[in-house]
Amino acid sequence: MADWIDACATDDIEEEDLIRFDHGDRTFAIYRSPSDEYFCTDGLCTHEQVHLEDGLVQDYEIECPKHNATFDYRTGEALRAPACENLRTYPVKVQGDRVLVEL
Amino acid sequence: MARDYSMLGPDARRAVETGLAAAEWYHTDVPRKEMKALMQRADQPAIRDTILLFGAMILLAGIGIALWPSWWSAPFWLAYGVLYGSAMDSRWHECSHGTAFKTRWMNDALYQVASFCMVRNPVTWRWSHARHHTDTIIVGRDPEIVAMRPPALRRILLNFLGIVDSWNGWGRMLLNASGKVHPEEASYIPEQERPKVIRVARIWVAIYAATIALALATGSILPLMVIGLPRLYGAWHHVLTGVLQHAGLADNVLDHRLNSRTVYMNPVSRFIYWNMNYHVEHHMFPMVPYHRLPDLHARIKHDLPAPNASMWQAYSEVWPALKRQLRYEDYFLKRELPGSARPYRDDFHAVAV
Ligand code: FES
Repeated sequence: MADWIDACATDDIEEEDLIRFDHGDRTFAIYRSPSDEYFCTDGLCTHEQVHLEDGLVQDYEIECPKHNATFDYRTGEALRAPACENLRTYPVKVQGDRVLVEL
Repeated sequence: MARDYSMLGPDARRAVETGLAAAEWYHTDVPRKEMKALMQRADQPAIRDTILLFGAMILLAGIGIALWPSWWSAPFWLAYGVLYGSAMDSRWHECSHGTAFKTRWMNDALYQVASFCMVRNPVTWRWSHARHHTDTIIVGRDPEIVAMRPPALRRILLNFLGIVDSWNGWGRMLLNASGKVHPEEASYIPEQERPKVIRVARIWVAIYAATIALALATGSILPLMVIGLPRLYGAWHHVLTGVLQHAGLADNVLDHRLNSRTVYMNPVSRFIYWNMNYHVEHHMFPMVPYHRLPDLHARIKHDLPAPNASMWQAYSEVWPALKRQLRYEDYFLKRELPGSARPYRDDFHAVAV
């Protein structure tokens, strides 16, 4: 059964940005949107498994730092080559000032 | 043992076995806040530059057509050619990264036009360029190595008139238009993207066919002076600047400071080349748009080898190095890092040939 995991504080992520979150042997990316919502995806780009943590968040898109593939981080949809596969997404909720991810 | 640059040969296999392929590369430390500011996208600089570029092309071609067939039209064609056969190279490049504009459709539109001018299939070359960034100057992995070892000087010189590249480009276009993808392309283009390669090639064949038909109907090469031939007579500037990106430097290293070259250039060349003279910076941080590369350069130059002071000065090191590589293919120019630089892997930096 999936668990809600305490990932970070709401303030740990700047608006329109992301941070890396490692849990067990897995790695994720947690995003804060321009309208102050939080989202979570797998941390590694589906093109060549580069971590997205150094990428650029613009609106609801994350651009991979390696070859500029772009994903919609709300749905994980791959929007721009060279990524063809979507990113996996995970449910997120905010409790007080904590961001929880269902893994 | 001689280097084998084929994507399917022994060096390609060796690069995978030794961990050179898809490896971790060196990056200068830049705090996230600063890097975010440098990566920010904008439409305005590229809109200005694109209006300037297309405005100049229309004007120059217009004067060229008006003066045709007099020799007085020649300088206008030469200038038009550089914009078509060289400036479009840097537009193709920047838009393939998606960093030229903030608005995606603007990037994509300019990318399509520039790809057509340079005769580079926009689908194929997006993948080959991704590989160039993953495995920069890794023998057998990087499909975009211009100066191989030993350097094929004849090929490079012919390309100052676009001869080899456009010949290959048009050949590939016809192959793709016939419904086929070359086996080497198939090694880096995913299956689901291949129909797009073929579709674009067919559209291009139709454009060239219409241009040639117009030339035949009018009994003049004038239509081809506007479409097609400038890829040849205007190619020299992008080769002149492009050769400097990596030529003569180390191969098979995982540090762009050692295999790429930053060269200070005049403003006209920088407009044509869209600031790709900051080439170490571009490779290290491909997310930074062309118009912020001078700022990135100022921010990280303490960690990079000294840039070349001019194209002239850069060629004065590259040309002798290429000539020497004709005899000793293991020779390369070893980049000195400044005292303030962070070393990366000792085995890369310590090797002196
Ligand atoms: S690794 Fe993300 S785009 Fe290539």
